[in-house]
Amino acid sequence: METSLEKVDQIVGSYAGEANMLIQILQDVQTEYNWLPKEAIVRVCEELRIPVSRAYRIATFYTLFSLEPRGRHVVNVCLGTACHVRGGARILEKVQEVTGISAGHTTTDMRYTLERVNCLGCCALGPVITVDGEAHGKLAVKDVEDILNSYE
Amino acid sequence: MISGKSAANFEKFRESILSKRNPDKPCITICSGTGCRTSGSVKLAAAFAEELRKQDLQAKVDVKETGCHGFCEKGPLVVIYPQEISYIQVQPEDASEVVSETLVQGNIIDRLLYVNPETGEKIAHEQEIPFYKFQTRLIFGNNSKTDPTSIEDYIVLGGYSALPKALFKMSPGEVIEEVTKSGLRGRGGGGFPTGRKWAEAADLTADIKYVIVNADEGDPGAYMDRSVLEGNPHSILEGLIIGAYAVGAHEGFIYVRAEYPLAVENVGIAIKQAEEYGLLGRDILGSGFDFIVKVHRGAGAFVSGESSALMTALEGQVGEPRPKHIHTVIKGVWDRPSVLNNVETWANVPVIIDKGAERYASIGTEGSKGTKIFSLVGKVNNTGLVEVPMGTSIRDIVFKIGGGIPGGKKFKAVQTGGPSGGCIPESLLDSPVDFDELTKLGAMMGSGGMIVMDEDTCMVDVAKYFLDFLKDESCGKCTPCREGITQMLGILTDLCEGRGEEGDLELLEAIAEVTKSASLCGLGQTAPNSVLTTMQYFRDEYEAHLREKRCPAGVCKALFSYYIDPDKCKACMICLRNCPVEAIIGEKGQIHVIDQEKCTKCGTCFDVCPDRFGAVTKVSGLVPAPPPPEERVIQRAN
Repeated sequence: METSLEKVDQIVGSYAGEANMLIQILQDVQTEYNWLPKEAIVRVCEELRIPVSRAYRIATFYTLFSLEPRGRHVVNVCLGTACHVRGGARILEKVQEVTGISAGHTTTDMRYTLERVNCLGCCALGPVITVDGEAHGKLAVKDVEDILNSYE
Repeated sequence: MISGKSAANFEKFRESILSKRNPDKPCITICSGTGCRTSGSVKLAAAFAEELRKQDLQAKVDVKETGCHGFCEKGPLVVIYPQEISYIQVQPEDASEVVSETLVQGNIIDRLLYVNPETGEKIAHEQEIPFYKFQTRLIFGNNSKTDPTSIEDYIVLGGYSALPKALFKMSPGEVIEEVTKSGLRGRGGGGFPTGRKWAEAADLTADIKYVIVNADEGDPGAYMDRSVLEGNPHSILEGLIIGAYAVGAHEGFIYVRAEYPLAVENVGIAIKQAEEYGLLGRDILGSGFDFIVKVHRGAGAFVSGESSALMTALEGQVGEPRPKHIHTVIKGVWDRPSVLNNVETWANVPVIIDKGAERYASIGTEGSKGTKIFSLVGKVNNTGLVEVPMGTSIRDIVFKIGGGIPGGKKFKAVQTGGPSGGCIPESLLDSPVDFDELTKLGAMMGSGGMIVMDEDTCMVDVAKYFLDFLKDESCGKCTPCREGITQMLGILTDLCEGRGEEGDLELLEAIAEVTKSASLCGLGQTAPNSVLTTMQYFRDEYEAHLREKRCPAGVCKALFSYYIDPDKCKACMICLRNCPVEAIIGEKGQIHVIDQEKCTKCGTCFDVCPDRFGAVTKVSGLVPAPPPPEERVIQRAN
């Protein structure tokens, strides 16, 4: 799969090539490609004149970044304290059961990527999951399957 | 627009906007903080706009999407001005009735009103609802009236009054003196006296200094900063500019965590607007003071909220803490003097300058002045954001404002301070919210997360939960934290899974002490708090896990089994049909039995068994043998 790197150049350019904006740049690159392809990372480092290892250090330290292609639907299960106290762990178990993957992975058919999140900031709706940014709150274990199935 | 930069022209501008606004003009305000957005507030706002168009009222009635009102449990929230009629849980389908009945005819729609569960009384006005009535919303109050994307809303409510006062009527030293006199202490969790921090920075001679807003808010369950930043971004900007003036900084950063895209967006809009109106940039309001501010997004690392780590992240590096032999105030971002304060701390500054330190200090206690915003979440009826004067008792927050525990369950503890904090049991419910008092109890004010727990919460599991969180978030640099957390977590996991051994509790305490005293930064130093406070107040639960292999709260799956009480089971088949692994044996009219070999303890049967039967129970230890098949037929009385 060839990655068009034009977008990468544009993104780096928009930050005037400032190396200390690396984290912001990588975030924008991920938004564009839905993950951080190796070619894109290497291109960013070439343009910023920094070692590739520095970008990988950032990409592996911060949880936002994905070094693997992500699925069509990103499922975030909130495991913040309020959701935990309201049974968030059981929701995660059910999501893992339905998707067949554990948190931090993507299904082989690229349908879902599952992530654990610490606090989405809508605690009144706990326990909560989001799929593609759309939140589903006040969940019971029995609601999970239907919700997930509604996303192709 | 404002003609010519000066404080006088700005005031004239304020008066001109005020004169164009009619306070009696009807306005439908819809809470569009993240919580209510999740419940569909954007669709709701569109429905209102559409309905007004249909009834040809769009010129006569305003629709305003505001920031978070705080009463998150009852969203989507609508407040109609000028009468201040409060409607809760409003759906798009209700828009047409609200417009026709309330806006046009002045009638109140009963079914959309808040009902006081204790008195059964329906309450029409926002400020009379107990949740709001017992709060003191010095910082948060204007959220309900402010469209966060409108600088004019901020100005009309008195915003940007403190800034000209500071720039033109006070010297930087006088600003610092005022903040010091006010007694303001950092709201991010450290509680360090803000005036003292600023004074230290002001005393340093340096060409370049920085001021920084810490909006990393990593504590799970805490979202106060988010709501202030999303809902009233100018309040923070104003505080930041005043602070920059006081310490001599000309550049600032707002570090917002990645999980807050709406906050990033709204603060970006606010910055642009402030620049347009001469409140940011060169020669602010003609004062000769220059200041610019940039937004920097976090990328998902709890530890990067620690001050030295955050500053490293601003440099585009990995956000790892460093030992603070030299304070970051002296050497921070790129080794330059850097004043970092929390969102809420900055938001307090304009209030202090505007009202004066003496008035501000009249609120709160001797050691903790002003108010504090808490996110009251967990097992509580009125989940939401609560602002109270320092010194308010936790009991009042949980019961008077929070409405107590849902389902008639018994209060067990309140956890404050996030993963760094501790829990406060029932016996200490009358403790006041105060930096020093809470520290004495072994808990901590923290950033403001207040998680309410009830009889169904296992305190050993809570400690395990926090350590599990911290294990992932530890940067790994120092051994006491990295290894200490891992080992404590290992022991707690053993306890929760029935593998606890004699000596484990003492070992846990010993490791906790080392981790606390030897870790490099606050994350490791406070990581043991959840263990230490739960052991202090709930040792009996630890003992039960260890010695009896029993979880009193019925949470630790390895320590209990689900069991259908044959005396209560009515053989309705609901649990049987819902069991995802077909582990329930039974038929209509035949008492159901759980096959313990197949049971995965997902808890579905427990959830779905009708309340009036309550036949599914949790038992520790040996599960009673099921009744033999011939005794399972239910005899029905004729």
